[in-house]
Formats: sequence, structure tokens, C-alpha cells
Amino acid sequence: MAEQEQPTPIEEAAEPASSEVIIPEGSEVPEDVLEESEVPPSTDKSPKVRIDPEEQIAGKSVRSIIFSVFSPKTIKQMSSAKIVTPELYDKEGYPVDGGLMDIRLGVIDPGLKCKTCGSKLKECSGHFGYIELARPIIHIKFVPLIMTLLKCSCQGCGRVLIPKNKVDTAKKELGRIEEELGIEERRRSVKDIITNLKTINKCPWCKSKQSKIALEKPTTFLENEKRISPIEIRARLEKIPDEDLELFGLRPQNFRPEWSILTILPIPPVTMRPSITLESGERSEDDLTHKLGDIVRINQRLFENINAGAPEIIIEDLWDLLQYHVTTYFDNEVAQLPPARHRSGQPLKTLSERIKSKEGRIRHNLAGKRTNFSARTVISPDPMLGINEVGVPFEIAMKLTVPERVNEWNIAYLKNFVKNGPKKYPGANYIVRPDGKKKKLTEETIEASVEELQPGYVVERQLMDGDIAVFNRQPSLHRMSMMCHRIRVLPFKTLRLNPAVCNPYNADFDGDEMNLHIPQTEEARAEAEILMEVQTQLISPRYGLSVIGCVQDSISGLYTLTKRSDIDRKLALDLLAATGIEDFSRLPKREKVSGKEIVSVLLPEDFMFFGEKRSDLGVEGKEKEDITVIIKDGKLLSGVLDRNNLGEGSGLLLRTIHKKYGKEFSLDLLGKLFRLGIEVLLRLGFSVIISDTDLPEKARQEIKETLTQADREVEELISLYHNNKLDTFPGRTLRETLELKILEVLNRARNKTGEIAATHADRDSPTMVMADSGARGNLLNLAQMAACVGQQAMRGKRIDKGYRGRTISAFKREDFSPHARGFISNGFKSGLTPFEFFFGAMTGRDSLMDTALRTPKSGYLYRRLANAMQDLKVEYDHTVRDAGKRIIQFSYGEDGVDVAKSENGVINVQRLFGVHGGQD
Amino acid sequence: MFNACLGFTGARTDKMSIANEYKGRLPKKILDEVASLTQGSSEAKVRKLLEEASREYEQAKVEPGECVGIISAESIGEPGTQMTLNTFHFAGVAEMNITMGLPRIIEILDGRSEISTPMMEIYLKQPYSKGKDLKEVTLAIRQTLLKDIVSEFLINVADFSIEVKLSQERIAEIGANISSIAAAVKQAAKGYNVSAGKDSLVLKKKERDNGINALYTDKEKIKQISIQGVKGITQVLPVKRGDEYVIITAGTNLKEVLSLEFVDDSRTVSNDVAEIAKILGIEAARQAIINEVFKVIESQGLNVDIRHIMLVADTMCNLGVVKGITRYGVVSEKASVLARASFETPIKHILNAALIGEEDKLDSVVENVMINQPTPVGTGLPGLVTKVKR
Repeated sequence: MAEQEQPTPIEEAAEPASSEVIIPEGSEVPEDVLEESEVPPSTDKSPKVRIDPEEQIAGKSVRSIIFSVFSPKTIKQMSSAKIVTPELYDKEGYPVDGGLMDIRLGVIDPGLKCKTCGSKLKECSGHFGYIELARPIIHIKFVPLIMTLLKCSCQGCGRVLIPKNKVDTAKKELGRIEEELGIEERRRSVKDIITNLKTINKCPWCKSKQSKIALEKPTTFLENEKRISPIEIRARLEKIPDEDLELFGLRPQNFRPEWSILTILPIPPVTMRPSITLESGERSEDDLTHKLGDIVRINQRLFENINAGAPEIIIEDLWDLLQYHVTTYFDNEVAQLPPARHRSGQPLKTLSERIKSKEGRIRHNLAGKRTNFSARTVISPDPMLGINEVGVPFEIAMKLTVPERVNEWNIAYLKNFVKNGPKKYPGANYIVRPDGKKKKLTEETIEASVEELQPGYVVERQLMDGDIAVFNRQPSLHRMSMMCHRIRVLPFKTLRLNPAVCNPYNADFDGDEMNLHIPQTEEARAEAEILMEVQTQLISPRYGLSVIGCVQDSISGLYTLTKRSDIDRKLALDLLAATGIEDFSRLPKREKVSGKEIVSVLLPEDFMFFGEKRSDLGVEGKEKEDITVIIKDGKLLSGVLDRNNLGEGSGLLLRTIHKKYGKEFSLDLLGKLFRLGIEVLLRLGFSVIISDTDLPEKARQEIKETLTQADREVEELISLYHNNKLDTFPGRTLRETLELKILEVLNRARNKTGEIAATHADRDSPTMVMADSGARGNLLNLAQMAACVGQQAMRGKRIDKGYRGRTISAFKREDFSPHARGFISNGFKSGLTPFEFFFGAMTGRDSLMDTALRTPKSGYLYRRLANAMQDLKVEYDHTVRDAGKRIIQFSYGEDGVDVAKSENGVINVQRLFGVHGGQD
Repeated sequence: MFNACLGFTGARTDKMSIANEYKGRLPKKILDEVASLTQGSSEAKVRKLLEEASREYEQAKVEPGECVGIISAESIGEPGTQMTLNTFHFAGVAEMNITMGLPRIIEILDGRSEISTPMMEIYLKQPYSKGKDLKEVTLAIRQTLLKDIVSEFLINVADFSIEVKLSQERIAEIGANISSIAAAVKQAAKGYNVSAGKDSLVLKKKERDNGINALYTDKEKIKQISIQGVKGITQVLPVKRGDEYVIITAGTNLKEVLSLEFVDDSRTVSNDVAEIAKILGIEAARQAIINEVFKVIESQGLNVDIRHIMLVADTMCNLGVVKGITRYGVVSEKASVLARASFETPIKHILNAALIGEEDKLDSVVENVMINQPTPVGTGLPGLVTKVKR
């Protein structure tokens, strides 16, 4: 009477469930039966599914899964073989009857037929067997339970150690808790009851004294320091009456305590422990088979010894050995036991290890699955592609297929594909007959297949322009990491995407690879198109702004363009034409046009927009008027377009366009703006140069002075410190105060040098254009190149690691001066001294470490969040509830607004006001 | 509050009634904004704007079936990868360290009862908030231990006594006097007779049973005796915020601080969620989670909508106690066995489920993924029923 806890059947059951289920006639498979061992008849609410085999529309679904424990009786009943010998194969290599590979347990060799069901490999999902254990064995996973049962039930009469009059009230209370607070809360109160019982030492029923029970891990129970044999334990557990089990949190229909001492061990079908044949023809058995072999062998030996009347001590030893094998069969990571190992010394992977952890069945095979019809390669940019397109190399396009059903109207069209076959693009790789038989197209079969083709067939044709694909880059942190693109079949061997769409994927082209999936059914394609296509994902559900914007060159380009007002008409037309504009009527008819006018051609004619002010730092004269973006009647009146307006996740310009003109239009406009920016740079030229960071002599002098001044100040602080005259900050030591003050002085100095560099830098130099437009880099980077890199800080402090009292052995001990503690007074252009370089490398390494440590931490946080909240959804009554229908929020986010439909999280009343109320 | 926004004369009642009509249809925030924008506009204009706003509002509502939980998790998890691990200095002046960034978020969402840098922001009532008696106020808040004002401890082995020499300087600094210190010590040092000298205290042990060693251990205890201030508050830092003084503290003790008479108890906050839950209740704790998480995300320059944080806070506080987003907290409350098993410790969950014959109704996402069925969210939610031609 043993039982197998649940996981084992699941493993196998998952397999057949994955194929499309078409119920054969006359089958009355109850919904749960695949997953379930014992389906209590009461819960079997199998609906009266009427199945018409002719129509093949059988929709069968699992409604619930009940977990339960196998009773020894059931194990025997469901078994198709009793295993009696540890031998696997006979001399011919044929599975031995009664061995672990018995073909009554299913088949793993092609050609053999299962003796139980008569099916062949892959058709038969396997059958359980059993072995009778010579002596009862404790199931390791039930040890804690056995412990509480032994402690809390009377050793004499088997009743629970609660006085008669209190039993009923306790039961009622538990029932109430389950009803009101759920099963989990009940589990907790059971725990409370049990902890209270452990101290009672006199049975309230039969008044017998209770002796002390101790557990010697892992599986030995002691009573008054004397070992209780599993036989005795089993006898005691049997005595516990059904009506008391409830108080231990057990249900007698599902579990009897004595089942936790195994007398019969189920043997899993061979299909879940297949052997693999090595190249040498040798067979290599699965870990489970090895383990089971050990169990059967020792068990047989134990039987023999018992029958032969061997001395008790030998029997005990064998019994313990059997206990060890069974324990490691269930769990090979029990703390007190040495794990069972292969001959090579690597621990066996037994049942527990198969299920748990990231590589276990649940997370690896059940919650995550592998897929066909997918491709993966390196990505590269192609700004000439549409934002919602993906460039697919011919090699891939000719391997991946889309199934198309043949009918009277498309038969001619599909025949062309079949005619081309698999080698000529655009061809087809397979045809599927109406009976589901798949036929591969080869040079030889093409002709016959073309003839054969008729309505009802399915042609698996190669990818073509305009097909739908789901494009993905890991880590898939948000839903924009998987978007639907239109395929463009292109030469060369990389997947190509528009650089504007890098942002949501967080992709760059330093060797990144991405995945492509081809949906195979009409439903999948429809969903992908409607819910996942790039334009539907423009607005991020995280903050309600556009996730796709202009990047890099495109921003620099539009920035330069909108700043200039002296563009030749010819160039302007050229630019617009390259962008894809054909209607030039909105461009003013002048010899010289301004960049703003060129951009305005792209904007819709009735578009109104008032942007926010950008920082006017260092802006002078006429440009001062240019700091707000104002668009009126589709004309860009003032303001330069920069990252604040065009970039991802910033500014309302893109959001407003999306709101007013819809997703298709904004995607199109975005593509055009992007292209325009790049074309501008192509025509005007753009290149950074070292002289961008040149500063006039005066500025250099100023920087030098600032730095020496700071040096002097620090020196002063240090001498104050040495003379004990420094005022300490509250709660800080003198030394800490010194550090903080020095840090402050140095930071001030660095900032000042930065300012000097920024004011003297040429505002029209490419470096400044990039920094100012927000395309790449910032003023700090420029200052670090031109003036001074600044203090290298680790963990918010100046560097003090290295030798005792000093950072590098070249310095004196207790040298607190800036240059000995990681202050880099040179700029990158003038070059670093060896010490400075070393300090720079230190912080560089530190930040590398920071990233490496952060990734797994944030990954785990994300996993926890996703797991905790995955089942929250908005119900039809607009409340947010979890899967148990508990209300989490009465209205999502207190106002029921979907962030992805909002404008940066709000309903923009001001914009509405501007349109409908402001113009009186 | 809405009325106050309509600070104009004339058609006041009319406009109010218009606004009232929309009360159920628009959230208060939008109504307020409309009101402040339309000051002085005609009734028709207001109506038109309200109409327009409610149209937009209806359009912007979430659709049933939207799996907002996953979206919130993504919205917090994704920027998590961009956050720094470092602790940050407070407000530029480098006097106090506060845990910020990812570690702080993890700490809050774990629902930990001990946080790494407990902190309070104490707002003061009227005259004090303008700087009156600021020094006294800070002294009354900051906890002073005996060891902070002691210059020397002398143990007299002969007559089993400890002499505590006090530093006059430090006493003056905290504005106390010998007798008040003696009183505080007397109360705390049980088993000792305390007598105060000019600038020292003598503690004489009443019983001599435990030998001299006991004196040494007691000395350490005596060092920790609190003389004045609020227990647990180790540092105070008055900061001027706008035109009033706010006291930032290291260490929290909401209960005692809130009962100080000069403290504005309506604005004073702690950053310890567990403490807030205990003292002020679950709703306050929920708000504290929202505020604290939002503060971190904002300080990192990231943009995450408050609704996502609200949802996380609501999941954590749904059961009336703060539950962490851990296997012991929120996840253990799930109804589905498989959902719990797919998170952590699967064997434990399956085993326990088997013992009581638990039924997994397959109501949520992972379970259905596991058995290859459509998940009951979004487009998987509605079922389609068709009549089959016979």
C-alpha cells in the first residue's frame, strides 16, 4: 500500500495533451482522468459532451485538476505488471518480463508493441507497474507528517489528543475558517492546533501515558530512545480513526496516514525514463531506471534473506539499505544522506530533482514551452524599412512556411508555389492532404503534388512580403519585447529592423540576435495583427507616452534642420522626396526655405501643439524665442525639434499626434520624420572631431585656476583636520566629516570646470549638437573630454581601497590630497596620468560589478511580481480581481483609466480646453 | 474643495449644478481641473468641455479582461533593470544615507518588518514650524543615551558600585541637568541604588549574589539607558522646506513622535511600512507603499504610472495585513495549486494539495499554459458558442 505522490502522472499526461485532441468515438475519458489518479466520483461532473466524430469539432477542455494520493490498492489496480527482477534485457537485447523495461509498461523501441494496449512507440503513453516491498519503507516526503501524527495521536488508542468535548468545536472552527478564509488559512490553523497538541502527555480518551517521540533524521523514529520500526509506525497510523484525520488537515477520502509508509512502490512507465542508445550501440539507462534497479535488487535480496531465515541483523541492514534507495529515489538531495551517484560521481537526478527548480519539469516544460516555425539570427539596422517591417533573409524565408488552405479560388495561385518546390523562391515546402498526412516537397514529388492538389489540401508555402511574424528580443521584459511585424524578404543573412524600433526591444547592433515566429493559424495571425502589431504598441502601458521615437542621427538631423532657415529649395525638395513625400504644394514657393517649413510639410494641416519649454541654458539672442515648440495649423512656427519632443518616452508631441490621428498615421509620420532626419545628415554631413573639444586659451587658464584653487581648499581642510579644528557634522566622525567636505569642494570644482567648458564650447560643433539635441551624450561628457574628468567615486566615497592607509604604494600613508584619492584633474583629451587612469579603471570595474549584481536581483524581483500578479484582471464590472475572484481594486487605478490610452497617465483636459474652450 | 475652485461670482450655482451632473461620470480630479480651467467661461463652454472630457474618459477606460496585473509587473520589473544598486545621499548634503534604488524597492515589496534605513519626516505645528524653539524640539525628539553624555565609567569592585562621570559640556548641549538624568537612570536601572553627585552618578548594586562579572554586564546595559528624546531616533536633521522647518530623522518611532504635542500629526510620515501598518492601519500602509515606491522610481528619473504601483500595493494589502511579494506572502494566498507550484517549492505545494485532495479550478494563467489551453484573460476570456448544423 504505497502511493505515489502526484507529480509522476503529470509528467506523462502532459505529453499526449499537447497534440490536438480529437476524441475517438465511444471514449468517455472524464476530463480529469489524464492528470488524476483517483477521481472521487462526487467531483466527477463530466458534462454531457456530445461529440460528432464526422464534424471533428470536438472541443474538449480540462476544467479542473484534483490532487490526491494513490492508495496501495489503486496502485495495484492501475498497474499492468509486477516487477520482480532487476535485470533489464536478455541476451538478445529484448526486455525481460518482470524487469524494469518490461514491455507491458510501454515501449521505447521502434518496432515493438506495448503488451498492455497494443500500440506502438509514441502512440502508447506507458503504463505503471509496481513492486511489492519486502518490508514497509517510510516515504521521505511524509516524514514530517508521520512525526506530527505520532506525536499528536494516542499511542494506545490512536485517537487525537484533544478531549472528546472539544473535538467537534475544533472541527467546526476549521470548517468555518476554510469557508471564510480559504484552504491556505485552514492549513495554518491546523498547524496551530498541532503545535498545541505536541506538549500533551496524557491521552484524554484512554488516559494512557504518552512517551516521547523523537525523529532522527532522515527516517528513523525513536520512542524513549528506542527505534520504532516502520511496521510499528504503520500499525499506529492505522489506528487513527477517519474522523480524527480532519484535525490533522487530512481528508480520509484522499489519504490514509498508513499510506505514508510504503508497502507497494509504483514503477513509472518506461516512457518517462527512456534509455538512449549511444553511437557505440551501447545502451545508457535513465537515472530513474538505475535507481529503480537498485531498489528492486535490494528488495529481492531482502525477500530471499527473510525467506531463508537470515539473522535479524542482516535483515535490518538490508532494510536500511532499501530505505536509503527508496528515499533517494524520491529525493536525492536529502540533507543527511549522501546522494546516490553515477559511476562517474555525478549525482543521480531522481523524482524531486526532475520536478523542481528552473530546469525542472514545471518551470522548464510546463510553464515554458518550445516552439516550431521560428528563426533566430543576428540583427542589423535598415532605415529604409518601415517601422513595422522586418527584413528576413532568403535562407530563412525559404525554410519557414505559412499554411494556406486550397480552395477553388486560390488553387491556381497556390499551384505556383508547389510548382516552384522547396528550392526556388517563392515555393512551398509541404502539402498536407485532407486526412492530415503531410507530404514533403522534393524535386521528385513536385510534379505529382501539383497534379494532386485540390480544394481541401493545405499548402505550406514559403514566406512572402507582407506575411505576419512575431519578432522578439530577450530578455522579454515587457509586452513591447514581442511585436508583430510585416515580413520583407531581403538578401543577406541578418534579420533587419528599422532603428526606430530598437527602443522597445532595447536592441542594438553589436551582435544582438533576435527571434522570429510565424503564426500558423488564422486566429493566431488575426490576434497578432490586431493586438501585437508595432503601431498598436506605440503607447507604452507603463507611462502612456510613445515608446517609439526618433533616435540618434535622426534627432541630430531634425535638430539641425529645424534650426536652419536658409535651405535651398532644391535641397528641400530633394529631402522631402527622399522622405517619401510627393506632394510639395505645402512648401512655400521661395528660393530659400527654412527647416521648420520642411518639417511642416509632413505635419497634418489642422494640427495644433504647444510644447513645453526646453532649458534655455546658454541660448542667446534670437534663439531665445526658439525654446518652445509651437505648431499651429500644421505649421511649425517656433522651436527646434529635439529629443524632448521626438524621443522615446518624452514629450507629448508624438502622443498628441497619436491621439488625434490614430496609430497608422503616427507610425507613418514617425517613419517619415525619422527618414527626414537621416537624409538631412546624409546631405549636410555630420562628424565629430577632436577639435570640438578645443577650448580657448582663456578658458583653459580658468579651468586650471579653478582646479588649483580647489587643491588649495582641500589642503586647508586637511590641515584643519590634522590640527583638530574641523567642525564635525552631527553623528559623524572627524574623518568622515573631512571626507564629505573634500568631496563637496572637489565636486564644486568639477562642476565649475564643466560650466567653463560648456560656455566656451562651439554651440554648432557636432559634439554640442548631439548633446544639445539629446541624440547622444550630454554636457558632462563634453566637460569630461574638454576640461576635467572629476572625482572617481566608489560607493559614494572617494577611493580608499588598496594598501593600508593609501591607494597606491607610490603615495605616502594618510595622504588625503585629491590626486592620491582618485581625483582626475585632466580631461580625456589632454590625457590621464597613470595614477588617474588606474583610478578610472577602478570605478569602471566597480560599475561593471554593479550591473552584474543588479541583473539577477531585478530579474528575481520581476519574476516574483509577475507571479504574484499574473492573474489579476479587469472584470466585466470593472473591478480588478484575482483568480479566486477576490476584489483587489474596485476600479482600476482608482479611476479606471487604462494607462496605455491615457496621455502620460492623465486625461488631458488642458488639450481639450484648448480645442473647445480656449479660442473665444 | 470643488466649490473652492470655482472662485468666481455670477452664474455660480448654475455651474455647480452642471458639475454635479457629471459627478458620477467623471473622477473628481478631472472635475477639479475643468473647474479651474473654465473660470469665467460661459455655461455652454463648461458643459461642452465636460461633455468632451467625459467622452475622452469613457474612451480611456480599461477594457474588461485586460490583465492589468501582468502589465503592472512589467512596468515595475522592466525599469528595475535600469536602477542602480547604490545608496544615495540625502538632499545633496551628505549627512544621512538612505537606501534607494533597487534594494529599497525590493525591501518594500518584500514586506520586511525591519528596514535598512528607517527614517521619519516630522512636520511641526504652527509656531514651531517657523523655527520657534527649534533646538528644544530637536532635542526632545532625538534620543540621548547615557553613554552619549558620559566622560568616564568607574567600577568600584569593593562596594559593588558603578560611578558614572558625566560630561558637563555634553549635558549642557542636550539641555538637561543632573537631577533629570538621575531620575531617568533611577527608573531604568533596576536593582541599583542611584545617588547623584555634582557631576557624577553613583549606582550601587543592591544584591551581591552574581559576583563582579554581573557588574560589567550591567555597565553595558546602563550605557544604553535613554535619558531623553524618543526611543529609536538616533539622528535628527532640521531642514527648511519652503517656509517651514521639517525634521528629518534616522530611526522611526511613529507612536511616540505622533503623540508629541508640537508635532503636526497629520503630515508626519515614516518610511517604515510595517510600522505604519501597525500604528495607522492598512489603508495608511497601502498609501505608504505607494509613496515610497514612487519616490524611489522618481528619484531614478524613471517614469512609471502611479496606477501600477497602486495595484502592487493593493495586492500586498488586500488581506488586511501587509503581505510581501514572496512565496510566504502574496503567492501563498493563491487559490491555484499549480500557480503556487510554478513559483517556488513546487514539491511542497503539490504534496500538501494531495493530502487534502485540493482541486485546481484552472482559473488563472499558468495552469492553463501548463495544459495548453487558452488563458482566461483578454481575448481568451469570452467563449464563443455556435450552433452546429446537424
